Amino acid sequence: MMVIAIVAAIGWTLFSASWPSIRAFGLSFIYQTRWDPVFENFGALPFIYGTLLTSFVALLIAVPVGLGTAIYLAEYAPGWMRKSVSLLVDLLAAIPSVIYGLWGVFVLVPLMRNHVQPFLSKTLGFLPLFQGPAYGVGFLSAGIILAIMIVPFIVSVSREVILAVPPVFKEAAYAVGTTRWEAMRSVILSYGKAGIIGGIILALGRAIGETMAVTMIIGNNVTMSASLFSPGYTLASVIANEFAEAATDLYLSALIEMGLILFIVSIVVNIAARVLIWSVTSKSKIMAVRA
Amino acid sequence: MMAHGLTADGTAKAHLLEAFWKSRRRRAVADRFVVYSLVACAGLVLVPLFSILVHLLSQGAGAINWDFLTHLPKSVGEKGGGMANAILGTLVLLGIASGVGIPIGLGTGIYLSEYADRRFAQSIRFVSDVMNGIPSIVYGIFAYAVLVLPMKRFSAASGGIALGIMMIPIVTRTTEDFLRMVPSALREAALALGAPKWKMTLDVVLGSAKGGIVTGVMVALARVAGETAPLLFTAFGNRYWSFRLDQPIAALPLQIFAYAISPFEDWHRQAWAGALVLIAIVFVVNAVSNYFVSKQSTLYAKKR
Repeated sequence: MMVIAIVAAIGWTLFSASWPSIRAFGLSFIYQTRWDPVFENFGALPFIYGTLLTSFVALLIAVPVGLGTAIYLAEYAPGWMRKSVSLLVDLLAAIPSVIYGLWGVFVLVPLMRNHVQPFLSKTLGFLPLFQGPAYGVGFLSAGIILAIMIVPFIVSVSREVILAVPPVFKEAAYAVGTTRWEAMRSVILSYGKAGIIGGIILALGRAIGETMAVTMIIGNNVTMSASLFSPGYTLASVIANEFAEAATDLYLSALIEMGLILFIVSIVVNIAARVLIWSVTSKSKIMAVRA
Repeated sequence: MMAHGLTADGTAKAHLLEAFWKSRRRRAVADRFVVYSLVACAGLVLVPLFSILVHLLSQGAGAINWDFLTHLPKSVGEKGGGMANAILGTLVLLGIASGVGIPIGLGTGIYLSEYADRRFAQSIRFVSDVMNGIPSIVYGIFAYAVLVLPMKRFSAASGGIALGIMMIPIVTRTTEDFLRMVPSALREAALALGAPKWKMTLDVVLGSAKGGIVTGVMVALARVAGETAPLLFTAFGNRYWSFRLDQPIAALPLQIFAYAISPFEDWHRQAWAGALVLIAIVFVVNAVSNYFVSKQSTLYAKKR
C-alpha cells in the first residue's frame, strides 16, 4: 500500500507545488521558447527540445548496438563469453551517473572537440546537423553519453526476450533451410518484437530522466539549434542547475512543473514498456505450458 | 527463371542449380557478415567501460593517499586536503536512507509474497516497477517540497529520506523474489507444528531467505550511494564536518560533481580520486551481493 501512497504523494506534491506556474502560463508553458527568470517569463520548449533530441540521438546509437550485443550474447556467444560479457554489461549499469559525467568532461568532450566533431563537419558538414563550432560539449556529446548509459538496459531486456522465444520456432526455421541469421530475423526478432520495443521504451525513459552526466556535458545553454554541436539544455539538467538558486516562487514553481512533466512522462513510458515486455514473456509461458 | 524453363529441360536445371548455389553463397556470406557485426557491437559496448575504468585507475589512484581519506577539503587555491567529510556524509545519508527504505521495502515485500492475493500483489509490483523508473531528480524535488521548504533549510535528513524512498522499490522487489524462492514445504511444516502465520513468516520464511534479503538491501544501497541528483537541493553539500541531521551535509557524489566542473587542476585530480572510492564501494557491494545470490539459488536448487 505504501508504494502506491508514495507515488500518489509525489504526484500530488509536484502538482500542488507547480500550481502557481500552471496557473500563470497554462499550456503555453510547453510551447513557449522564452526562459527569462528576471522578467518571470517561463516557457519550457527549449528544454523539452533538448531532452527529446539527446534521447533520440542516444536511441539512434544505443538501439542497434545494444540489440546486436543482445543477439550475440543470446544466440552466438560461447558460454564463458556470454557470462563474462553479461557481467561486464551489468557493471556498466552499476556505474553512478556522476562518474559517467566525470569521464565525459575529461575524456569524451576533448575527444569530441579535437577529433570527432572536426571530422564530422569536414565529411558531413553540408548537413545542418553537423555545422557550427566544435565546442565538444553539446547535444551530440550528451546523446553519446546517454547511449552508453542506456545500452545495458537494452541489452538485458532484449536478451531476456530473445531467450524467452520457444526453441521449437527456431528449429522449425532451421528445418526449412534458413541460415542462422535468417532464423533470427524472421522468427525470433518478429516473435520478440513487442518485448524488444518495450526494452527500448524503458531505456528511453532512463534517457529522458537522466540528470547528472547530461548536466555536466551538454553545455547548459538555452537554445534550440538544429546543430548537434550546439550546447543545449534538458529538462532534468535545468532543474539540477537552477533549482537551488531559484529566487522567486514563480521561478521555483516553473522548475517544479518541469519535474512534474518528467514525472508524468516517465510513468507513461514505464507503463507502456512493462505492458509490452509482459506480453512477450507471458506469451512464452503459455507456450511452454502447452508444449 | 520461367524463360529458361521453356527452352530446354537440361539448361533450365543447370540454371536453377546455379541460381541455388549463388543465393546460398550470398546467404552464407550475409550470415558471416552478421556474425562479425554482432561481435563488433558487443566489443563496442565494452569500449567505454574499459576507458572509464582505465581512467579511474590511472587518474584516481595517484590522487588517493592518507590525506585524501582523512582530511577536510582545503579552501580554493590551496593544495592538498581530502574528502573525509564527504565519505562520512555519504555513510550518514545511507544510514538515514536505510532507516526509511529497509522497513518499508521489507514490509511491502513480505506482504506481497506471504499475504496479498495474486491480483493485488501484481498491481503493487507493477507500481513499484514503475516507481523504479521515475527519474532520481524527481525524488529530489519531492523531498525538497516536503521537507526543505517547510524547514527552510537544506538538511541531511531530507537527502537521506529522498534516497530512502528510492530504495523502496528495489528492496521490495528482491525481498519478494527471494521469499518466493523459499520452498512451500518449509512453510507447511511450520504451520503443521501449530505455529501461527506471523511466527511462521518471521522465523521460517525470513530466516531461510536471510541471505537474499541482505542482498536486496545491499543492491539498493549500492544504487543510491552513487546518486547525485536527489541530493543537489536536499543534502546540498558542506565543506566541513557535519553530524547534525537538520544541517546540510557533504556527500561523495556531490563533491565529485562540484570538483569535476570546477576550474582547478587539483580539484579535478580529487574528483577522480573520489570517483575511484565511490566506484570501489559500489562494485564491492555488487560483488558481495552476487555471491549471496548464487549461494542462495544453489542452496534451493539442491534442496529441491
